[in-house]
Amino acid sequence: MSRILEVNDLSVSFQTYHAEVQAIRGVNFHLDEKETLAIVGESGSGKSVTAQSIMRLIEMPPGEFVDGSIMFAGEDLTQKSEKQMENIRGKEISMIFQDPMTSLNPTMTVGKQIAEALIKHQHMSKKEAHNQGIALLKLVGIPNPEARINQYPHQYSGGMRQRAMIAIALSCNPKILIADEPTTALDVTIQAQILDLMRGLQEKVGTAIILITHDLGVVANAASRVAVMYGGKIVETGTVDEIFYNPKHPYTWGLLGSMPKLDGSHETLQAIPGSPPDLADPPKGCPFVTRCPHAMKACKEHMPAYTNLSDTQKTACWLLDERAPKVELPESAIVGGTTVHG
Amino acid sequence: MAKYLLKRLGFILLSLFFIVTITFFIMKAAPGGPFASERKLTPAIEQQLNEIYGLDDPLYKQYIDYVISTAQLDFGPSFKYVGQSVNGIIKRSFPYSFILGMEAILLSLSIGVLLGVIAALKHNKFSDYAAMVIAVLGISVPSFIMATILQYIFAIKLQALPVAKFDSFAHTLLPAIALATTPLAFIARLMRSSMLDVLNADYIKTAKSKGLSKRVVTYKHAVRNAIMPVVSYMGPLVVGILTGSFIIEKIFAIPGLGNEFVESVTNRDYTVIMGTTVFFGALLLVSILIVDIIYSLIDPRIKITGKGE
Repeated sequence: MSRILEVNDLSVSFQTYHAEVQAIRGVNFHLDEKETLAIVGESGSGKSVTAQSIMRLIEMPPGEFVDGSIMFAGEDLTQKSEKQMENIRGKEISMIFQDPMTSLNPTMTVGKQIAEALIKHQHMSKKEAHNQGIALLKLVGIPNPEARINQYPHQYSGGMRQRAMIAIALSCNPKILIADEPTTALDVTIQAQILDLMRGLQEKVGTAIILITHDLGVVANAASRVAVMYGGKIVETGTVDEIFYNPKHPYTWGLLGSMPKLDGSHETLQAIPGSPPDLADPPKGCPFVTRCPHAMKACKEHMPAYTNLSDTQKTACWLLDERAPKVELPESAIVGGTTVHG
Repeated sequence: MAKYLLKRLGFILLSLFFIVTITFFIMKAAPGGPFASERKLTPAIEQQLNEIYGLDDPLYKQYIDYVISTAQLDFGPSFKYVGQSVNGIIKRSFPYSFILGMEAILLSLSIGVLLGVIAALKHNKFSDYAAMVIAVLGISVPSFIMATILQYIFAIKLQALPVAKFDSFAHTLLPAIALATTPLAFIARLMRSSMLDVLNADYIKTAKSKGLSKRVVTYKHAVRNAIMPVVSYMGPLVVGILTGSFIIEKIFAIPGLGNEFVESVTNRDYTVIMGTTVFFGALLLVSILIVDIIYSLIDPRIKITGKGE
C-alpha cells in the first residue's frame, strides 16, 4: 500500500481579538491508499480544523498555518495557491459535512449541485453532467433518480440529502474523501445505511477515507486505523484492534469507558470529568493532565514523546515511561468482543 | 397558481373596498369643503354647485354613488379644475411619478445590493467600513434634505444638472437619487448582514469543497440566497418610494401624481383625493402581490398554492 497523504507537524492557529488560539499543535498522521482512518476526539479537540486544513477551507486570516506540511502526491498543500487548490478540491480530495440539512444549497436543484463539480473537473457538457448525475444518484441508492435529480434539497429526507452529498463528493472519483462527522446528524438506522454505503463505494471507487467522528461505534464499524485527538494533538494512534483491545492512553480509556455497553455491565454512562484545555493558553505538558486520573508531576511540565508500541501503534503518555508506576487498564475501558466489528 | 392569483385578487378588491370606505368617511368628517375659500360664495351659487356635484345628497347616497362609479373605474370630475376628470389627471401625471419611482427603485436595488455584497466580502476591512458609513448617512439624512443638498451641489454650484422640472433624462437624475438614498442605504445594510450569514453557511463550504472559484461561489451560491430579505423588503420599499415621492415631486416641481395628491388635500378636492388614494392603494397591493410571486420564483421552498392559510 502506498501513502497518499502525509501530515507532518501541522500546527494551525486562529487569531482572535483576545489571543491566538492554537487549534492544532503539531499533528502527524498519514493515510494509505484505499484505507479508512478515523480521527476521534471530543468537541474542540481539533478534528474538524485538521480536516478543513487539508481541504484548505480555513479562512486565512483569522486562521494561519504556523508550522508543518500536508504532503499530497508529492506536493505540500499548505504552499498551494487558491487557484491551484481549486483543481484539487472536489477532484482529488473531497469532503462531506456533518449536517446534511444545511450543507446543500436550498435554492439550487440537487442535479445542478452535482453537475457543478463534473462540469468543472471532468469538463462535461450540461447534458452529460445531468446524465452522470442520474447515474450517481442511482449509485448512492436514491430511488427514482430521473425525477429526484430535478428536485430541491428540501424535497429530500435527511438521509437522502447525505446520500446526495456523498454523490457530489464522489462524483469525480477523488483519491481522498474526508467525512466530517457524516452520521452525527442522522438517526441510528440511517447512520448504519450511510456507513454501509460509504464502505461499499470505497471498494468500488477505491477512495481513501478520513472519517472524523466522536462516535466510537462508528469507528469500530467503518475504520481500519484510528487517531485519537485531544487538545490539538494526536495522543494515540493505532489499528482499530489496538485502540479497542490494547489502548494505552488514559484519554482513550476514558473514551472507551464512556461508550454505552450492550451487556449492561454499567448502569450509568461513565463520563470523563472536567473539560478540554483552553487552546488560547495551551498547557505546557500533556493536555489531558487536568482530567487524567493517573496524572504525575512530569505530565504537568513536559509533553510526553511518542512511544512506539508496535509498527502501527504510537502513544504519547508518561505512563509508558519506565520510571512511571504500572497502571492497569481500567475495567470500564475493556471492550467486550461483541461490540467491535458489530 | 391560477387559484392562488384569483384568491389574491379577491383580497386586493376587498382591501380596496375598505380603503374607499374609510377614506370617504374620514374625508367627509374633516371640516371645510371644495368650495370653501377666502372669498365667500353666495348661498345660491354654493347651493347650485352642491347640486351639480351631488354634495347635497344624504351621506349614504353619496357613498353608494361613489362606490358604484369607482367599481366602474370612473373617479368623477375634479371639483377644482373645471372640465378635468380625475381619470384624466391620473393619466396625465402618473407617467412622471412612474418614471421617477422606477428609477429610484432600480437605483436603490442595484447599488444597495452591490454595496452590501462588497461590504460583506470585505468584512471588517476598509471597503466594509466605507460602505456602512455611506449606509448610515443615507438612512439618517431625510430625503428632502438630501434633495436640497443635491440641488445645491449639482445644479447650483456645478451647474451640471437641471435644478427642477422633468423634461429629459438629466432632469430625472437628482430627484431619483434623492428618493433612492434612504432605501438604498437600508438595502445595503440588509444585504450585508444577510450575505455575512450566508457566507458562513455550510452549503458555501460545500460549494468551495467542490473546487468552485470564489467568484462562482459568491454569485451562484451566496447572492441568490442572501437576496431573500431584500426581496421581502420590496413591498415596504414601494411604499417608501411612493410616500417619498410626495415630497420630492414638490421640491423638484415635478407634475407627478404625488404632487396632485398633496394639492388635492389642501384644496379639499374630494374626487381627486379619493381617486388618487384608491389608485395608490391599488398600486401598492399589486406590487406586494408581484413581490410575493417573485419570492416564490427565487426560493423553491415557498410554494404558491390556492390551499390553506
